[in-house]
Amino acid sequence: MSVSVLESKRLEAVLKGDEEVEVVGTGTDAMAYALMLADIDVTSAYPIRPYGGVMQTVSKLIADGYLKAEYIVAAHEHDQFEIVKHASAVGARTFVGSSGVGWLLAIEAIVVISTDRYPVVALIGNRALDDPGAYGVEHNDALMVRDVGWLLVWVDTAQEALDTTLIAYRVAEDPRVMLPVGISMDGAFLTHSEHVFKIPPKSKVQKFLPPYDLGNRKLHPSNVISVAPQVNEDWVTEIRKQMDEAMKNARKVIVEAYRDFAKIFGRDYGNPFVEPYMVEDADVIMVGMGTVSRPIKEAVRRLRAKGEKVGFLRIRWFRPFPTEDIIHYLSGAKVVAVVDRDYSFGSPFDGGAVYTEIRSALYEAEHRPLIINFIGGLGGREITYNDAINMFNIALDTARKGKVEQRVIWYGVRE
Amino acid sequence: MTVTVRLARTVKDLLQMAQTEYFNAGHRTCQGCESAMVLRWVAKAAGPNTIVIGATGCMYVANTTYYTTAWALPWIHTQLSGTGSAVVGTAAALKALMDKGKLPREKINVIGICGDLGCADAGLSEVSNALTHTKYSFLILMYDNESSANTDIQETTMTPYGALTTFSPSGKQIRIMKYRWKKNMAAMMVVGHPEVRYVATAIATDPIDLYNKVRKALEIGGPTFIHTLDPCPKGWGYDPKYSHEIGKLAVETGIWPLFEIEDGKFRLTSTSARIARGEVKRKPVKEYIRRQTRFKHLTDEDIEYIQRKVDEMWEKWLIPGLIPLTKELPYPETKQ
Ligand code: SF4
Repeated sequence: MSVSVLESKRLEAVLKGDEEVEVVGTGTDAMAYALMLADIDVTSAYPIRPYGGVMQTVSKLIADGYLKAEYIVAAHEHDQFEIVKHASAVGARTFVGSSGVGWLLAIEAIVVISTDRYPVVALIGNRALDDPGAYGVEHNDALMVRDVGWLLVWVDTAQEALDTTLIAYRVAEDPRVMLPVGISMDGAFLTHSEHVFKIPPKSKVQKFLPPYDLGNRKLHPSNVISVAPQVNEDWVTEIRKQMDEAMKNARKVIVEAYRDFAKIFGRDYGNPFVEPYMVEDADVIMVGMGTVSRPIKEAVRRLRAKGEKVGFLRIRWFRPFPTEDIIHYLSGAKVVAVVDRDYSFGSPFDGGAVYTEIRSALYEAEHRPLIINFIGGLGGREITYNDAINMFNIALDTARKGKVEQRVIWYGVRE
Repeated sequence: MTVTVRLARTVKDLLQMAQTEYFNAGHRTCQGCESAMVLRWVAKAAGPNTIVIGATGCMYVANTTYYTTAWALPWIHTQLSGTGSAVVGTAAALKALMDKGKLPREKINVIGICGDLGCADAGLSEVSNALTHTKYSFLILMYDNESSANTDIQETTMTPYGALTTFSPSGKQIRIMKYRWKKNMAAMMVVGHPEVRYVATAIATDPIDLYNKVRKALEIGGPTFIHTLDPCPKGWGYDPKYSHEIGKLAVETGIWPLFEIEDGKFRLTSTSARIARGEVKRKPVKEYIRRQTRFKHLTDEDIEYIQRKVDEMWEKWLIPGLIPLTKELPYPETKQ
């Protein structure tokens, strides 16, 4: 397989010229083009759906000479993530990724990437965890690493996937951050569906993304350092605290990165952390991450046409968590309905992870709205426009009654 | 094609060639730790243009306690099973950065060091995958103290038959818990990865042999592998002052044959070569076994069994994958 003639003309244009070009491709294609523009140095691949799509395009771009990078097919996911960790330690810009249980097989390496502070960028092509086997989207895979120092972001369109990849390198490699970023893309719904998106020219990317510089942490014979020696109980607390500072700094760095992105590329995402959709005067606001936004937005439009004051808030960055924005956008509502494409067994109110975090954030709000939680779309089951309408109806009913009858609703479960 | 490297022939040569220490004071290994000796010789042989990657194991825990690192070379930790991946990632990054002009082009040795648990057990698939990446140059060194020593001497696949460990005690019902024969790692690495140009076994007791093998591995390029047997007073149970003696006995009894396979050519080296040529006679394995408390529960029959297996190795083993299939091979009958 090689890049088509038409596509190759377009790729040459963005690599050499100043204009962006419009193409049709999947979410993972879009990400692969971003990796080409970011000029990654080392990447490692291992097959698992739906992440695999990105490496199919990356390998094609390498084979055709559009991207010059060391491309390593690994023995398994642990191998994959250890490879990029060490490449990053030498000063190479790296990319890696996985899905579902594959991502979790790598967990030991995933943890040391953040504790050793390497700015690796990864795709998490969200997929249900086995058993039983399912290729479809579920967010539990990415959420498993929410507490280990990775920045986590969910994207919603192919364009956002491309842009966020460039932004991710900029944020991860910022000396104030130096933490890895996991970019979550809903399996199949985004990774494998085709979209129209624009590939920006490399000249602009170079203005936006400075070269990766590890400074005096770079592993090289001219810099005799020992990385990650045993510190035992002496220093772990201080090291964790530094990571905490870095994660907090990321909030500021993310804002700067989106601001510069808008300036250079002319695409403004507004609030980087969340995407508010008709929330200003809304009594009922639904919250979700990833592609569930599409049926929900459609439901918002139709219900608004009928005079219902409903809105939607899409969480983009989950780590660092946008606490301020959550309070700002949600505390004025009567009811907040969180749609979780994940579940946290035995959590405080037996709900999803997003619901639990939002409850926690809103505890600080002056006005605390009622909160309900829908567990839906597990394993890639579709959440349709009709489902979104049904969920809104339950939420609107809660608003009318002024009390929560059932905190957590497993939506559409067959009894 | 063989590589030309300056090899040490005598102790005097060796001392002249390898004066600078790159694995220094400051480590906290046990007295008489032969693994530490291996690292010292590997570091000397590699020299300053080297990046060292150390997997979790004795040589991580004892050598890199914060503030007291023994390494005068750039060093980084990798996870227990990560050695193969770490050397590939490092070598790939150096190549990418040099190809793109982001680093000056020069030869930088990449050495991954792993213990037997990390290399032969947990990290085997990553090491194996690494050895197929022939466009990168690195050395994987497996220091084998025949147990998971830093975690309290537990059994690994490299623990010899019959040895006592905290996972393989001797009990009233079962006298020998470690009933599995040790894996033949070096041969497995050669046979399984036919494009690897250099694989060897070594021991710190014979520093000339060890030094030369490290030099050759680093010079020949591509992925290379060295397996050292390292007497460990804590795990094996003997007075630390006997480490060298025990190491010598491992070679002299034929339990630990020293060999190298360079571009598919198998060659016994040092004392093992002299044994093969009939210049010295193999000592009975009993002399090695009776010196270590980890074998204290073994009966004379057990030791005879081990002797038979070692004889068999010397008299009838072949290393498949290295000898053309078209050739009829002289295949000595086993003596009954
Ligand atoms: S336990 Fe054995 S291998 Fe580990 S430091 Fe002590 S002597 Fe060396």
